[in-house]
Amino acid sequence: MSAAHYLRCFLGILAREALRFVNQRERFLAALVRPLVWLLVFAAGFRAALGVSIIPPYETYITYEVYIAPGLIGMIQLFNGMQSSLSMVYDREMGSMRTLLVSPLPRWYLLTCKLFAGTFVSILQVYAFLLIAYLFGIEAPAFGYLSLLPALIVTGLMLGALGMLLSSVIKQLENFAGIMNFVIFPMFFLSSALYPLWKMKESSELLYHICALNPFTHVVETIRFALYGEVNTLSLAVTLGVFVVFMTIAIYAYNPARGIVSRKTGG
Amino acid sequence: MTTRRSLSTLAVILALAVATYDGAAAETVYVSNEKDNSISIIDGESLEVIETVPVGRRPRGIGLSADKRHLYICASEDDTIQLLDLETRTLVGELPSGPDPEVFALHPNGRFLYVANEDDNLVTVIDIEKSEVLAEIPVGVEPEGMGISRDGRWLVNTSETTNMAHFIDTESLEIVANVLVDPRPRYAEFSQDGRYVWVSSEVGGNINVIDTATYEIVTVITFKISGVTREGIQPVGIRLTSDGRWGFVALGPANRIAVIDQQSYEVEDYLLVGSRVWQLAFNADETRLFTTNGRSNDISVIDVEDLKVIKSITVGRFPWGVVVGP
Repeated sequence: MSAAHYLRCFLGILAREALRFVNQRERFLAALVRPLVWLLVFAAGFRAALGVSIIPPYETYITYEVYIAPGLIGMIQLFNGMQSSLSMVYDREMGSMRTLLVSPLPRWYLLTCKLFAGTFVSILQVYAFLLIAYLFGIEAPAFGYLSLLPALIVTGLMLGALGMLLSSVIKQLENFAGIMNFVIFPMFFLSSALYPLWKMKESSELLYHICALNPFTHVVETIRFALYGEVNTLSLAVTLGVFVVFMTIAIYAYNPARGIVSRKTGG
Repeated sequence: MTTRRSLSTLAVILALAVATYDGAAAETVYVSNEKDNSISIIDGESLEVIETVPVGRRPRGIGLSADKRHLYICASEDDTIQLLDLETRTLVGELPSGPDPEVFALHPNGRFLYVANEDDNLVTVIDIEKSEVLAEIPVGVEPEGMGISRDGRWLVNTSETTNMAHFIDTESLEIVANVLVDPRPRYAEFSQDGRYVWVSSEVGGNINVIDTATYEIVTVITFKISGVTREGIQPVGIRLTSDGRWGFVALGPANRIAVIDQQSYEVEDYLLVGSRVWQLAFNADETRLFTTNGRSNDISVIDVEDLKVIKSITVGRFPWGVVVGP
């Protein structure tokens, strides 16, 4: 196997993901509308609620819209990760997964390509969201839009790996609704996406600890700091660490010789 | 002769040096903390508090002397105006202000100080050089706002309870006109050309713009912020850029600064700052505006060109007055 094979494989998977993305215009729209509804409807009602305390990386008072923007970026990537997990289950049911996995290239490589392709798509969605938010007056410093990119790759990979891990344990497409209930909602609501952690602490110490342990909190904080040209070392480290763990398990799970997939589907 | 010439040459060089030094040097921001009885000193470059100096009780209105070497501080509960030497950062003297001084205006000649005595319904005129009271001008109840025209000819005092703007001739020291304005006028500010005076009405929630030629209100500027009740909008401090472009108004518990076009009187934007913002001050070239946020114990820094709040800095309790010096 030469490097050219690897590259062709990567481009193939990327092209397929991109094609899927372009062809499913509703999906793109949905990916944008969801966070925009939060931003322009939900956040507007809470305008006056925040702005009583300054926390890093902010240097002055901010409106609630400005606060939840990074959380909504995380939401876009979270949904995107789940979406690719859904598409993997679909692929498996339709048989196209088999076509992919019979490739002579190592499995971990195929999965990583798939992950990068999904992350790439999520980044397109994020920047489209940021553009619309900008038009509504929710802006970050100019360099923040650039320093955000590497953070988005890391967070996108982590949430993609989570999706991949989940797809390896979901037997059928119908079970996906369960994922929504048991993964997306708790992850999103029990994080710093909607409220700063100190505010959680005011209402419940237990809630605060759950939020602080939630990997999605660290995704949001990594994004939040990067959007202001800063690095939140702890959150970045947690995100990277969780990515490695999820990815390792996902690769293991997708190995028919010993993986979870083989055992569940019976080979 | 030669000595004199070389002396004058030296003086010119020194003056130039001072001038360039002034331009290049970082500015310093002074904030009076009403509850802490202190002045916070902030570096204008790093925007960090570098020193806190204890002063008299309940310091409110503050201002620089004409030579910018002293800070005048209304120590309201000590019934005096204190002088802070900005070099040594120590109190070096007092001025006979009359009881409960709250705000003052300095004549551009640097010699006369006009003080609003909140409890005594007086405006006290102080000769700084002689350190004595020149006159006491009876005005309305609870005088507060003190605005002086840029040529020093006219003084406007607002009385919070009488709801009037009193126009005082600084030569005869007599009131020449009383203009009824909206309830609880807190602040008066002349436009650069002296044609208009902006008076903020804390309870009325608006700005009355008075024509100085006719003593009539020509415009009322109103405010509307989504998510903030009408009662929550209580305008206090006003600052007008000298290029005639922008007017800035502190809206108290609305936690916002209104940005107003000085020509069209349209409100262009509202900038979010800390809690209960009252007083404002520009730096020397008017590129930055500083706000005192009384209830959040901090000041906010606004970039005047971008019209954006760039930072908020924690100071003492209940920051009240603010001024920027070299």
